[in-house]
Amino acid sequence: MPRTVRDVVFVDGVRTPFGKAGPKGIYHETRADDLVVKAIRELLRRNPGLAPEKVDDVAIAATTQIGDQGLTIGRTAGILAGLPQSVPGFSIDRMCAGALTAVTTTAGSIAFGAYDVVIAGGVEHMGRHPMGEGVDPNPRFVSEKLVDESALFMGMTAENLHDRFPHITKLRADEYAVRSQEKAAKAYANGKIQQDLVPISVRRTTPEGGETGWGLVTADEPMRPGTTLENLASLKTPFRVHGRVTAGNAAGLNDGATASIIASEDFARENDLPVRMRLVSYAFAGVEPEVMGYGPIPATEKALAKAGLSISDINLFEINEAFAVQVLAFLDHYGIADDDERVNQYGGAIAFGHPLASSGVRLMTQLARQFEEQPQVRYGLTTMCVGFGMGATVIWENPHFEGDK
Amino acid sequence: MTTTAELLKGAAELFPDEVVTSAHVRHLDLPSGAGRFALITLDNGLDHTKPTTFGPASLANLNTALDQVEKEAADGDIVGVGITGKPFIFAVGADLKGVELLKQHDHALAIGRGGHEVFKRLSALTVPTFAYYNGAAMGGGVEVGLHCTYRTVSKALPAFSLPEVFLGLVPGWGGCTLLPNLIGADKAVSVIIENSLNQNKQLKGRQVFDLGIADAIFEGADFLEQSLVWTANVLKGDIAVERPVIDRGEAWDQAVARGRFIADGKVHGAAPAAYRALDIIAAAKNGDLQQGYDAEDAALADLIMGGELRAGIYAFNLVQKRGKRPAGAPDKNLARPVTKVGVVGAGLMASQLALLFLRRLEVPVVLTDIDQERVDKGVGYVHAEIEKLLGKGRINQDKANRLKALVTGVLDKAEGFADADFVIEAVFEEIGVKQQVFAEVEAVAPPHAILATNTSSLSVSEMASKLRHPERVVGFHFFNPVAVLPLLEIVRGEKTDDASLATAFAVAKKLKKTAVLVKDAPAFVVNRILTRFMGEIQNVIDEGTPVEVAEKAVEPLGLPMSPLVLLELVGPAIGLHVSETLHGAFPDRFKVSPNLKAVVEAGKRGFYVYDSGKPELDPEVAALLKQGDTVLTEEQVRARVLDAVAQEIGLMLDEGVVAEAQDIDLCLITGAGWPFHLGGITPYLDREGVSDRVNGKRFLEPGVASVPA
Repeated sequence: MPRTVRDVVFVDGVRTPFGKAGPKGIYHETRADDLVVKAIRELLRRNPGLAPEKVDDVAIAATTQIGDQGLTIGRTAGILAGLPQSVPGFSIDRMCAGALTAVTTTAGSIAFGAYDVVIAGGVEHMGRHPMGEGVDPNPRFVSEKLVDESALFMGMTAENLHDRFPHITKLRADEYAVRSQEKAAKAYANGKIQQDLVPISVRRTTPEGGETGWGLVTADEPMRPGTTLENLASLKTPFRVHGRVTAGNAAGLNDGATASIIASEDFARENDLPVRMRLVSYAFAGVEPEVMGYGPIPATEKALAKAGLSISDINLFEINEAFAVQVLAFLDHYGIADDDERVNQYGGAIAFGHPLASSGVRLMTQLARQFEEQPQVRYGLTTMCVGFGMGATVIWENPHFEGDK
Repeated sequence: MTTTAELLKGAAELFPDEVVTSAHVRHLDLPSGAGRFALITLDNGLDHTKPTTFGPASLANLNTALDQVEKEAADGDIVGVGITGKPFIFAVGADLKGVELLKQHDHALAIGRGGHEVFKRLSALTVPTFAYYNGAAMGGGVEVGLHCTYRTVSKALPAFSLPEVFLGLVPGWGGCTLLPNLIGADKAVSVIIENSLNQNKQLKGRQVFDLGIADAIFEGADFLEQSLVWTANVLKGDIAVERPVIDRGEAWDQAVARGRFIADGKVHGAAPAAYRALDIIAAAKNGDLQQGYDAEDAALADLIMGGELRAGIYAFNLVQKRGKRPAGAPDKNLARPVTKVGVVGAGLMASQLALLFLRRLEVPVVLTDIDQERVDKGVGYVHAEIEKLLGKGRINQDKANRLKALVTGVLDKAEGFADADFVIEAVFEEIGVKQQVFAEVEAVAPPHAILATNTSSLSVSEMASKLRHPERVVGFHFFNPVAVLPLLEIVRGEKTDDASLATAFAVAKKLKKTAVLVKDAPAFVVNRILTRFMGEIQNVIDEGTPVEVAEKAVEPLGLPMSPLVLLELVGPAIGLHVSETLHGAFPDRFKVSPNLKAVVEAGKRGFYVYDSGKPELDPEVAALLKQGDTVLTEEQVRARVLDAVAQEIGLMLDEGVVAEAQDIDLCLITGAGWPFHLGGITPYLDREGVSDRVNGKRFLEPGVASVPA
């Protein structure tokens, strides 16, 4: 039978405010599945044009798929969110690029015609599921020197990236981090972020973290507005003595969830759903695991090539800030200035936090808002580095684009 | 005048074992920039199986929390105050253990006043207040929310009630006054009187909203978030809360009259709580809240110091606690698995038992009888009942298919029972027949199979006496209607071993029955007491007291039905049979009434005709009655009947028919529907001095089901 590839669009995205992992964190007593359930419910409330029974699949990513992130969370979250039982669901794992992969995987199926509309998102409660929980790496990795031992520790891979690019100094990384905090604070002040947050009720039964009882989270917990270079200079480098990577120039350990509606453009238009971004191309690439932060570069090369675009066509960038060094490596590669205003306009993960498998959709939600504000921009991209040596990039077109003026 | 804090401190000293509820105050920023908000969480620090309650120290904690938010509100630091509960529980009201300890009227008054003083502060705050009914809410839990400006309720809320009248109290922390003023007298009567007296019926979240108690309803998944979003919109003026105008005219009086009619139908004036509650609801018509609160305080104090409430709490605890952990049951680890059930007989009783075992155990159930037609009829009955459940949506098609496939009928016991673990007989009440049936079953059933009998009057030991393995015979005495009455008397025969008894209790638990261990004594517990009770009524009628006098004599007890109506329900023939059995065992106390015999022989199914809509003595029955010439007054009849009951229970306890008087009461409540305000019966007999008069001592220590000395 003849097939036609269909255009795929990003309809809407929401997320929970991100929290700090650990006993004092806002989500310490909140289940991971509840976070993603509440994000899905908010999406459905915001988009009454989407009849829940029309959702063809629910793809939810998590890196550690056990406990409240296990049990095929895409399926269980759909039921818990009140979707009809006829709506299926599944789980996705590509570590940090989980939610991004949830979007691209389902987008591919939409283009192919298997789906019309899906919910794609991710969750990571790093307080309940610390990185590396339950892992059992094959001993051959070490015995056959398939990867360096540092490859399993993301902070060490970031130090390795500094080694590879000696011109990316700690000072440059810290300067970048300060700007990320500044941009995030400004975006908050201008109400850019809150519009896509779903409030989460949280319980606290022990006083260490603050007032006890039920509370409501309406803002990201990790933010440190007013951070200065002096503050950052004094931080420890936990991954290497006299190293460069600190808690200040990297994303923290966080809890949070995201969800988005992805649809064929036809479906979106027929159901009066907003069309916020149009998918152009996506690509994943592998690199040496011990310098995983390099991953976005080959992934972006592939995605650009598939789209027939060059980097100069891209006028908005949402790069996940797992580590400042990894963003700077990307910018250097493409000759983009550290403070280029097209990059992470609302700030990034250094300020908001990075609950691993959830972050991809946060990048998309923010890019979509920037598209809305900047109709002169035609193309933007979301990209992130991924553990064990990978990169992931999605190129998007701005449906609000008004042509070259 | 003492302060609220002092009042509660004094009360707390009387109740050192209170499980104390904290009132956590936490601040949050409302969505949409609606401002800073203080949210109070009621939490006793335990999981949802230990619901949050209000004792004096808990009220003091809430009072302290209100001190804080009152100041913040006055200082303009917050725009509103909310109150909610821990997961699955909002709050389930006053801690009854504390109420049981109260000995003095002024202490009881303090409990009522203390609650009012604290809760009232919620409505007196300078900012709006919001109750978020997130989970189970009862009594004082409901009431704390009624004092708030607005309420939301979760669609997932499983239980919401004002159960006070059910126990013997009034909703006395604002319930009787605020609820009719919020939703009107008629709906308030439904919640406070009708539901309460209808076996403490619970409302679900949807009904709480539909009744107008809550202003908004949200799904359980993000109930608190959406309640807070709603709160923000209310505070910003984006949502206007509209409530229907209350009809304060004739409708109010009609509602109260309806309440009295319901109360009369249930307790026949015998228990004061419903009437006190209705008096307060009637007075609430004028909208004077403080006057209502004062009336609530007075009613609470009187009721707390009265025997009906103490009996009510005692009865509640019997059903909730003793009923779930039967006294004298052997170690449950001795129980053997029951994977297939046999039923001997396929008549109505046997078919009802088959249905019950099938639904609760979900194992194969085999019916046998003497001919194929009866077997088919029995299986047909079970199938028809399953279809009814399916039709009502109580089970789905898959479950119906499964249950239907599990029930079979055979003629050959060897075929049916060869692999059964539990065989129950429900054949004709004749010892020779039963012995024969058990012998046949023993010949074909596995050696470990329990042989259970549903006999109501025959000796279990005698039934087992001719078997090779009498140790596996137990009495399993259900009450009609089997699906409705919770009681199951489990009878230990002389030779019954612990493993068989433990298996019987394990099965009873799966059947969701209230099991009470009973000695193999004539007619066991309920039938023996009821027969003595009815026998005495019958005796005075036979001796010459008019039927209506005898019937009216026991009305003040507030029993579910009059003695002769009960006899009609049981069936005069069965009543006669049991009285003959007991006459055989205890001829000096149990007579066989010649009049009853005549009625049975005439084929009458009851004493009354209902042609006029009300029970009237059937003229044909009246013509059969041969009465003497001793006419007693109602008081004399009542004394004779109660003396007889007290004597019989005293003898039963001496014989060791059950472990304690508590088991007698549990049996009467769950097997005969005797009311909570009597505590079954022994608290009432103690209270009225009957026990002392007849037996020279009380059944229960003072303070158990009564005000402590």
